Amino acid sequence: MARVLGTSIKRREDPALITGRGKYTDDLKAEGMAHAAIVRSPYAHARIRGIDTSAAEALPGVLAVLTARDVAAAGIPGVVPVGWLLPDLVTPAHPMIAADTVRHVGDAVAVVVAEDRYLARDAADRVAVDYEPLDAVADVVAALEDGAPAVHEEAPGNVAFDWEIGERESVDAAFASAAHTVELDLRNNRLIPHAIEPRAVLASYDSSTGEMTIHMTSQNPHVHRLLMTLASLGMPEHKVRIVAPEVGGGFGSKIHHYADEAIVGLCSMKLDRPVKWTATRTETNLTDAHGRDHSTHCAMALDADGRITGLRVDTAAAMGAYLSTFAPAVPTYLYGTLLSGQYDIPAIHCHVTGVFTHTAPVDAYRGAGRPEATYVVERLMHLAGDATGLGPVEVRRRNFVSPDAFPYQTQVALAYDSGNYGPAMDRALEMIGYDDLKSEQASRRDNGGKQIGIGFSSYIEACGLAPSAVVGSLGAQAGQWESADVRVHPTASVTVYTGSSSHGQGHETTFSQIVADKLGIAPEAVEVIHGDTDLVQFGMGTYGSRSAAVGGSAIVKSVEKIIEKGKKIAAHLLEASAEDLEYEDGNFRVAGSPDRSLGLGDVALQAYLAHNYPDDLEPGLSATSFYDPANFTYPFGTHVCVVEVDTETGSIELLRYAAVDDVGNVINPMIVDGQLHGGLAQGIGQALWENAVYDESGQLVSGSLMDYAVPKIHNLIPFELDRTTTPCPHNPLGVKGVGEAGAIASPAAVVNAVVDALAPFGISHIDMPLTPEKVWRAVNS
Amino acid sequence: MYPAQFDYRRAGSVDEALGLLQEHEDAKLMAGGHSLIPMMKLRLAQPPVVIDIGRLDELKGISEAGGSVRVGSLTTHAEIAASDVLAARCPVLAEAAGHIGDAQVRNRGTIGGNIAHADPGSDIPPVLVLVGASVHLQSPSGTRSVAAGDFFQDLLMTDVGEDEILTHVEAPALGAGTGAAYLKFEHPASGYAVVGAAASVTVQNGRCTAAGLVVGGVSATPTTVDVSSLVGSDLSDDAIAAAASGLDAEDPIGDIFASGDYRVHVGKVYGKRALAAARDRAS
Ligand SMILES: Cc1cc2nc3c(=O)[nH]c(=O)nc-3n(C[C@H](O)[C@H](O)[C@H](O)COP(=O)(O)OP(=O)(O)OC[C@H]3O[C@@H](n4cnc5c(N)ncnc54)[C@H](O)[C@@H]3O)c2cc1C
Repeated sequence: MARVLGTSIKRREDPALITGRGKYTDDLKAEGMAHAAIVRSPYAHARIRGIDTSAAEALPGVLAVLTARDVAAAGIPGVVPVGWLLPDLVTPAHPMIAADTVRHVGDAVAVVVAEDRYLARDAADRVAVDYEPLDAVADVVAALEDGAPAVHEEAPGNVAFDWEIGERESVDAAFASAAHTVELDLRNNRLIPHAIEPRAVLASYDSSTGEMTIHMTSQNPHVHRLLMTLASLGMPEHKVRIVAPEVGGGFGSKIHHYADEAIVGLCSMKLDRPVKWTATRTETNLTDAHGRDHSTHCAMALDADGRITGLRVDTAAAMGAYLSTFAPAVPTYLYGTLLSGQYDIPAIHCHVTGVFTHTAPVDAYRGAGRPEATYVVERLMHLAGDATGLGPVEVRRRNFVSPDAFPYQTQVALAYDSGNYGPAMDRALEMIGYDDLKSEQASRRDNGGKQIGIGFSSYIEACGLAPSAVVGSLGAQAGQWESADVRVHPTASVTVYTGSSSHGQGHETTFSQIVADKLGIAPEAVEVIHGDTDLVQFGMGTYGSRSAAVGGSAIVKSVEKIIEKGKKIAAHLLEASAEDLEYEDGNFRVAGSPDRSLGLGDVALQAYLAHNYPDDLEPGLSATSFYDPANFTYPFGTHVCVVEVDTETGSIELLRYAAVDDVGNVINPMIVDGQLHGGLAQGIGQALWENAVYDESGQLVSGSLMDYAVPKIHNLIPFELDRTTTPCPHNPLGVKGVGEAGAIASPAAVVNAVVDALAPFGISHIDMPLTPEKVWRAVNS
Repeated sequence: MYPAQFDYRRAGSVDEALGLLQEHEDAKLMAGGHSLIPMMKLRLAQPPVVIDIGRLDELKGISEAGGSVRVGSLTTHAEIAASDVLAARCPVLAEAAGHIGDAQVRNRGTIGGNIAHADPGSDIPPVLVLVGASVHLQSPSGTRSVAAGDFFQDLLMTDVGEDEILTHVEAPALGAGTGAAYLKFEHPASGYAVVGAAASVTVQNGRCTAAGLVVGGVSATPTTVDVSSLVGSDLSDDAIAAAASGLDAEDPIGDIFASGDYRVHVGKVYGKRALAAARDRAS
C-alpha cells in the first residue's frame, strides 16, 4: 500500500467549509434562545459611580440586565483567572464584570439579555453608567514612568513582574572585551489577532438537570471548561460540557478564557434559557487579547572574528489591564529562552518587566514570544553583519550552532534536540539568486531611484509545548501532554478521539493520514473527533504548534498499543506466538510464513466477538494514550525577503520572498505550505501594516478595519517555499510543528530588507510597521 | 454591528422616491448600500426610514449625448470600469472606478452613492472635478445641475438637498490630443485613496495647450492644482514636477497612517506622476 504520510491529500474539512455548510457557533440555534449584548466602558480608566438599568429593563422583550452586583449575589467565584504564575507575580483580581473600576476601553460593566440581538443592543445603549473618568496610561514605557496612573493598587509602578534569565556578569565581561558591539532600541508593535470568526458563545443551562452545554469558539475546550467552572461560574466540572463547533481561526486569541463567555454562562443560569452572544468586530478589537507590544533595548558583543560573545536584552512587555490566561509566560519563558536563536552564544542575559497598562490584555498570538525573540536576534545579526564587515550571510554562518553540537544546551535554559542550520541558508541563497541581486542592488545605488534591499532571518522556534514537568516547574498551571483514544471498529474502520481541538488547521485530514499510514488502511476509513468535552477525554488543545508533535504522537502511541493487542489476538487465531507476528499493510503475519496471516478486519471482528479469544485478554480493540513529550521541538529555517523602496514616497513593494523551513518530517505538504503562507501573511503584515494604536487617553484609534490594516491578498506576492528535513529525534513521527514559523521568521526578514535598501541613507533601524510615511521621514532626516 | 430600528421602503420610480423623501423626515436614500449600511451598523447613522432606490432602471446606464457622456447615478463602479463608451470618451473615469475597493464593492457601489457620500478618500470625485463634469439633481420642484467643482462642500458634505435625488452625472468627452490618468496611493486598511491624483494634458501640434491636476485625499474635498505653467511648455519632467509642486492644502486631513504633511508631499509626487502619465497618453 502506498504511504499516505508525506502526501498532499486534500483537506476533508474543506467541502463543508467552502460550500457554506460549516456550522460555527453563531450558526447554532437552540429552543428558547435569547441574546446577550455586553455594555462596555468607553473610558480607559474610570470609577463607576452608579449604574441605572431601569430604562433598559423597561424595553419590552428585555429579559434581564445584570451587573457586578448580580455576580456577587449569585455566590459564584466570578473572576477570570491567570493560568501561568511567575515568582512574585502580582495577580490583581479580574472580575467577570467590573464592580467599581474599569481599566480599559471595552471592560464589561453590564450585560443585557433580550429576545433578539437588535433589541439587546438597543437596550444596552440605554444602560446609563455614571463614570468618573480617571487618568489612564496605555503606553508600555509611559506606564513605567514615575507618577504614571496606576492600573492596580496592588502593583506599584504598574509592574506585574520582574523576571530575568541568564548571567548578567558573564555578559558584562563579554561586552568589556568585545571587538565589535551593536545595539538597538526597538518597539515590537501591538497586534490584534483578527480571526475571521469573532468570538461567540451559546450557553444552555438546564435547571432540571443542573447541566450546562456551552458551544463556543475555543482552541482548547477542556481548558476552557476547567477555568470556567473553577474560577468563574463555580459549577461542578462534570456538569458542564463545552463544544467547539467549527472555529474560524484563533491564532491564540481563542486559547484564553475571557470574561464574556463566563458572563453569558451566568445569564443562561439566571434565566434558565439558552443565551447567545457573538462579538461584533468592534468588540473583538477591544477585547480579544492582543499580541506583542514590547519596548526593548538590546545589544550584542562580537569578537574580532565576528563570533558572538554576548547578548543583552532588556524588555518592557505590556500585559494590558489584566493578566490573561497565559500572558506572563509569553514575554518570559517563550521569549527569553529563545534568544540564542540559531547561534552558539556563550553569554546571554535577558531582563523583562511585565507592565500593566489601561488597554486590552496582551497574551499569546501566533508565535507568542518567539517572533519577538527572533526579531531582536535577527535585527542585531543584521547590524552585526554591517559592524563586522562580514555581511548578513557570513556573520550568521560563522555563528550557527554546528551540526555536530546537538543536543545543544543554550545559555537560556532550552536544549535544542537537533538542527542543521547551514543547508537551509544555502538553499535560500540559491533560490533567491543572491549574487545577482547584490549586483542589481549595486547598480541601483549608483543610478538612484527606487532601491532594493535583501533581508535575512534565520530563526529558531520552540514548539510542541512540551514536557509537563518542565512547564510546571516554570509556572504553568496546566500540563502540556496530549491525549488520543483510537478505536478500531469491528469492521476495521477507525475513530480517533483527540484532545487536540482544531480551529482550521486540518487535524481531521492529517490525523487520519497518521492512523492510515500506521495501520495500513485508507485515510477515508478514519474518522477524527475533537472539540467536545463530553465526547473526548481531557486534552490540552491546539496552540504553540503542538498538534502534530504532541497530539499526533499520542495517536501513534495508541495505534502501537492496538497493534500489540492485535498481535496477541492474531497469534491466538493463527496458533502462533505473538512475538513471531509482524504487522504490515493492514495484515498480521507470522514472520517467515507469508501464507499465515490475518487482516486487521478479521482481528478487529474477533476482538469484539471474543468467541475464540486469548484467556488473559480483554475484548475490544481500542487504546487511549496520554503522551507527554521529552522536550520541545525546534523547527528552524532561513527566510529571505527582497523589497523595493520608493524613496520619494517611502512606499515598499515586496519583490520576492523565499522561505526554507525545517519542520522535521512532513505529514501533508500542502497543509504545511498553507500554514506557512498564513504565518507569512501575518508576519509581513506586522512588519508593514498592522498596528494597534491607543491614544494618550487610552482610546483604541485603530479599532476598526478601516484603520487597522490586515493584509489582503493583493498586498502579498507568491511565496517561494522549500524545505530541509531534520527529523525530531524524540517523538515517534519525527515531526516538529509549522503553525507559527511564518509569523516568527518574517518580520525580521522584511525589516532587514528595508534597512538594507536604505543603507545608503545611513538608516539602521525603523520601527514596525514600516509605513511609507515613517520610511519617507527616515530617508529625509 | 447591529443597526438601530428602521423602516424599509422600496421606491418603484424616481417620483415615488421623491414622495417618500417628502413624507419621512430624516429618511435616507439607499443605492448600493455600501457606505450607508456600514454607517448604520456602527450606529453613526440612524435613519428612521431607508428608501431603497437600488432597482430604479431609469437611473442606470451609460450613454453618449452630444459631446459628453451621461452616467446614471445607479451605475455601478464595475459597469463604469468596463464601459466601452467611457473607454473611448473619458477613459480616466473608468480607470478611477477600476481602482475602487474590490470586485464585490465595485459590483454593488454606485457612482451616485459614491459622490453623495463624499468620502475624502473616494476615487471618483477628483476625476469628475478634473474633467469638468456636472452633477444632475431632481426634486419635486424640478431639476438642476451643479458643476462637480462646486458639488463637494466639505467632509461628507455635498450640494444634495434633503428633498433631492442625484439622477446622473455628465462628463464631457476628452478632446482630441488629450491624455488623462488617475493614480492612487491606497490606504492599506480601508483600501480608499490616501491620495488620488487625476491629471490631464492636451497636446496639439507638439505643444501643450491645456493641463489639469486635481488631487483627492489631501483635504476634505478635491484640491485643484494650478498647473497652467505647463501650457506652452515642453512638458519636460522638470516642468511637470514644478507644476505639481504647486499643490497646497490649508488644512490637510490626516490619520494614524498618514499625516496631513505627508499627504501633501505624496500629492505632489503622485500629481507629478499622473501628469507624466497623462502626457505620455496625449498625442
Ligand atoms: C469595503 C469597501 C471598500 C471601498 N473602497 C472604496 C475605494 O477604494 N474607493 C472609493 O471611492 N470608494 C470605496 N468604497 C465606497 C464605495 O464606492 C461605495 O459604493 C460608495 O461610496 C457608495 O455607493 P453606494 O451606491 O453603495 O451608496 P449608498 O451606501 O447606498 O449611499 C451612500 C450615501 O449616498 C446617498 N445616496 C445614494 N444614492 C443617492 C442618490 N442617487 N441621490 C442622493 N443621495 C444618494 C445615500 O443616502 C447615502 O447617504 C468602498 C466601500 C466598501 C464597503
